[in-house]
Amino acid sequence: MELLIFYPIAGLCVALALGVILNTSPVGSAMCLIGMMLGLAGIFVLQQAHFIAVLQIIIYAGAIMVLFMFVIMLLNLKQTASADWISRDKNLFITILTSALAVGILYKIVDIIFMADLDSPAELPDTFGTVATVGESLFTDFVLPFEVASLLLLAAMIGAVVLAKPKLD
Amino acid sequence: MFEGTVPLAHYLTLSAVLFVIGIAGVLVRRNVIVVFMSIEIMLNAVNISLIAFDHYLNLSNGQIFSFMVMCVAAAEVSVGLAIIIALHRNKPTVNLDEFNLLKW
Repeated sequence: MELLIFYPIAGLCVALALGVILNTSPVGSAMCLIGMMLGLAGIFVLQQAHFIAVLQIIIYAGAIMVLFMFVIMLLNLKQTASADWISRDKNLFITILTSALAVGILYKIVDIIFMADLDSPAELPDTFGTVATVGESLFTDFVLPFEVASLLLLAAMIGAVVLAKPKLD
Repeated sequence: MFEGTVPLAHYLTLSAVLFVIGIAGVLVRRNVIVVFMSIEIMLNAVNISLIAFDHYLNLSNGQIFSFMVMCVAAAEVSVGLAIIIALHRNKPTVNLDEFNLLKW
């Protein structure tokens, strides 16, 4: 039954990810990316990580994508030429080489994944993935990384303000 | 055929496929914004793997780690988009090929 839910969501995610990189207009890419984020939230619910699924919707589909749309609108990007994503002539050889490498890596990863016998998930308790469980772990074992993350966000906020500020002269 | 839970291999395969799509986006596209979105796709692909192993091993460490990945992604996006705005102020384009001052 879970597989019946997994396959459509996974197919949708892959299709939308391809939509992101094949779309000629940045707004279309951003819309595809929002759809992909929501699909991935569905995958996380399927993995019973409810807290992360909610965070995915709030942070990615909410905050980060709004920021992307904001910048796209701010820069007033014209729809670029339809051949925009086609690789550059002078780098055609390198592009083909890199694509071959990427396909080879993908093939090898999938090969290894299916070679390993990993088909029996552990019995999960009801508390798996709830806010209480994740929060308890976050505030006991991982309290230092949590504080460092807050410092990182503060630094990023100050950095963004300094970088985006017009020069005053 | 569709009975039982989803095997770990399926989640890892989905993650690998999304990661390679993200790499392709970074390598092929020339629009700065779309390259940035491809990086987001890669970060999300890694999150799927982390949570899949979490689900498989019944831990919560992977969820903490994907939480940290989201923090870093938020920081990266805010700084990166500020850089794009600053670049756009210097040179009104988003084509990556035209930003080559530090290239060689």
